[in-house]
Amino acid sequence: MFLVKLLNTLLMIVVALFITGVINRTRAVMAGRKGIRFFQHVYNVRLLLRKGAVYSPTTTILFRIAPCVYLGAAMVAFLFIPIADLEPVLSFRGDIIFVAYLLALTRVAIVLAALDTGSSFEGMGAAREALYGALVEPALMMGLATLALFCGYSSFAEIFSTAQELNTNLTIVMLLLAYVFVIIMIIEAGRIPVDDPKTHLELTMIHEVMCLDYSGVDLAMIQITGWLKNAIFAMIAANAVSVAFCFHWQFTVPLAILGTGITIGIVESFRARNKLSRNTTYIITIVALSALVLLTGFLLNLNIEI
Amino acid sequence: MNLYKITDNRASAVAIADIPVVDYVDLYNDLKERMTDVRYHVAHYFATEIERGLKFYMIILDDQSGEVLITSFVPDYYAEGLASLTAIHPQFHPFEREMWELYGVEFTHHPWLKPLRFAHNRRNKESTMDSYPFYKIEGDDLHEVNVGPIHAGIIEPGAFRFICMGEEVLHLEIALGYQHRGVEDEMVRIQNRLRQSVISESIAGDTAVGHTTAYAEVIERLAHCNVGASLQRERAIALELERIAMHLADTGALATDIGFQLYQVACEALRTVTINTTQAWCGNRFGKSMIRPMGSNHPLTEAKIETIRKNVTDVRRRYNEVREDILEAQTLLARFEQCGLVPKAEMYRIGGVGMAARSSGALRDIRTTHPWGHYATNITHNAITQHDGDVMSRLATRMEEVLQSADYILAMLDGYKPQGDIAQPNYEPELDKESLSFALVEGWRGEICHVALTDSEGNICKYKIKDPSLHNWLALAIAVRSEGISDFPINNKSFNLSYCGHDL
Repeated sequence: MFLVKLLNTLLMIVVALFITGVINRTRAVMAGRKGIRFFQHVYNVRLLLRKGAVYSPTTTILFRIAPCVYLGAAMVAFLFIPIADLEPVLSFRGDIIFVAYLLALTRVAIVLAALDTGSSFEGMGAAREALYGALVEPALMMGLATLALFCGYSSFAEIFSTAQELNTNLTIVMLLLAYVFVIIMIIEAGRIPVDDPKTHLELTMIHEVMCLDYSGVDLAMIQITGWLKNAIFAMIAANAVSVAFCFHWQFTVPLAILGTGITIGIVESFRARNKLSRNTTYIITIVALSALVLLTGFLLNLNIEI
Repeated sequence: MNLYKITDNRASAVAIADIPVVDYVDLYNDLKERMTDVRYHVAHYFATEIERGLKFYMIILDDQSGEVLITSFVPDYYAEGLASLTAIHPQFHPFEREMWELYGVEFTHHPWLKPLRFAHNRRNKESTMDSYPFYKIEGDDLHEVNVGPIHAGIIEPGAFRFICMGEEVLHLEIALGYQHRGVEDEMVRIQNRLRQSVISESIAGDTAVGHTTAYAEVIERLAHCNVGASLQRERAIALELERIAMHLADTGALATDIGFQLYQVACEALRTVTINTTQAWCGNRFGKSMIRPMGSNHPLTEAKIETIRKNVTDVRRRYNEVREDILEAQTLLARFEQCGLVPKAEMYRIGGVGMAARSSGALRDIRTTHPWGHYATNITHNAITQHDGDVMSRLATRMEEVLQSADYILAMLDGYKPQGDIAQPNYEPELDKESLSFALVEGWRGEICHVALTDSEGNICKYKIKDPSLHNWLALAIAVRSEGISDFPINNKSFNLSYCGHDL
């Protein structure tokens, strides 16, 4: 039991560390470049961890504790996510709601910290993050509701360990859900088309601009949180696919890494970012899609004979 | 009374004695009418110190006839000040601001005389960047965003002050003048023509060929030197190569700013090929040391011609593929179309020049209107214009100009055999005394205007430089009005104006 939980956590960490590497490598290959080292992002964070931090004199204690809350909330949420039929460290009835609000807590922490700096850039970034966060939340909640509705449980561990035999209805809904969760991951992680993590232009940034005043260990914590959040969403999406096809954890792990990593890498190579004002429409479309999936799930669950 | 000395962009220097000295009131009344016609625009307007007071020179271009109108006046300005031309024709604004800043000339009814570039020899030393009078709008719903003057990366200094309502930009003010290079004074202090050439290359590092060509023309016109068809041809090739390289770089940079990796890497690769071609020719990727007065250190050889032909053909073919893809990339078009509009009338009003003006439909191209050198004799240039004046138009102008320039280069190279008739540069020519020499060159960004005045010994006693950016910075400020603030970067990149070209 303990070993299974340990294995689950270790594999989740592997997923968290690998996804960014796969995205970077995919982008490099698509650009015809050799690309940076696969684990360059890890080396960068290791470097940050050895550095001291600089704090602006206009900031308060809020700015200092925000990275801890940010990382802490994401770490707790991370422990609730199972890999297919493996058992996560923590689990209780209704934890899907708990995880969703832990993720919302991370957003509150970073938005408040950004406002705390008093910088006009960070204020704009915080406003954008709050808006898009509020808009994407219904999509996440309805996605989770569909999971609960279809599987009849309200904790991740139970939902994803119930893969029985192949069932067309289940497969359809789960594949649609996986798509929704990948898009939510793109929005949450601030990747193209919603945000561009590579940009150097403060005026166009959403997530990056909120971290401009952070340095050293604090910045490292924010980046690690980014990996953890990526892993959470990638794993939920991969789990949905696994449920659809009755995969076990051996398949789910590479699926989470490669599926999301390569998808994001390709999307980022071959399309432009949205105009910022069009992000709203884009996210609402995903919410609508999520509502449609919920409805589909509900109808299919009635098992009406045709 | 004749108000102007009429000449063109091919003639030799003009003796100062031949330039009419007119009454400012007459000139003002004439310009008030004349400048309402869009065929005229101001190329330069500056003051120079004479024994008692100031003498003002103005150069007006007639785009229809190709004539250049030069005039001068010596007002008793201490008495009542000069009636401001900016108040009726905004295109005069940078010139009047400069004269006010340098000499304290009062222009009455000027909308707002603000410092231009905080030159070291400005009249009011109290006026510093810290006390720059930014435009303000008060209101609880508004917020100000200040970007710069120190930017991330390798961008030059400049402060952008936005007044926004939410994400929408209500007003943008661009404050430059952080560099204090004193280029124009150096050009007078140093009479060594080689060192002057080197300074010209650094007026705007991305337009090295354009500015040095203008400098060389100014000197040659003062020296009555005809450099010959071969050198004119090679200079035109160099200028078009620079245009291709910069337009390619900007296409890539626009793609970068919207996170479109594919076109970014494609254009970066093509730009490298282009600037490496320039390096293979003259030893410097940006064309430094390429252009020198009265001759050249790097005449083309058979081998170099072959390299240029091969690379330009290759770049043209590959870029055309990129261009066709870009025109069909919906996510890119969604960002660029109908973004950052500058209407044609507005472009004319503020005196916009060059590629940006052409993108709004204003035909401002020295190669067409005031051709010089090879353009006057061998090329009938059809300027490329668009009509929308948005970011996409500016990109489209760039894309078409790359192909056009590549065609020009290939045509110029066709059947061109180096004759060995290109002289070595001459840095000690005898210059006309008491003359005014000007040169207009269409750099990749637009109209470059250099003016030199010589004294009774044939030394340059006044050197004035105008980079097209001086006019076009205002166009950028107009373009982003009522756009989202997050679209400012693509607008900025679509103009790609020079900070150092402004901060002389």
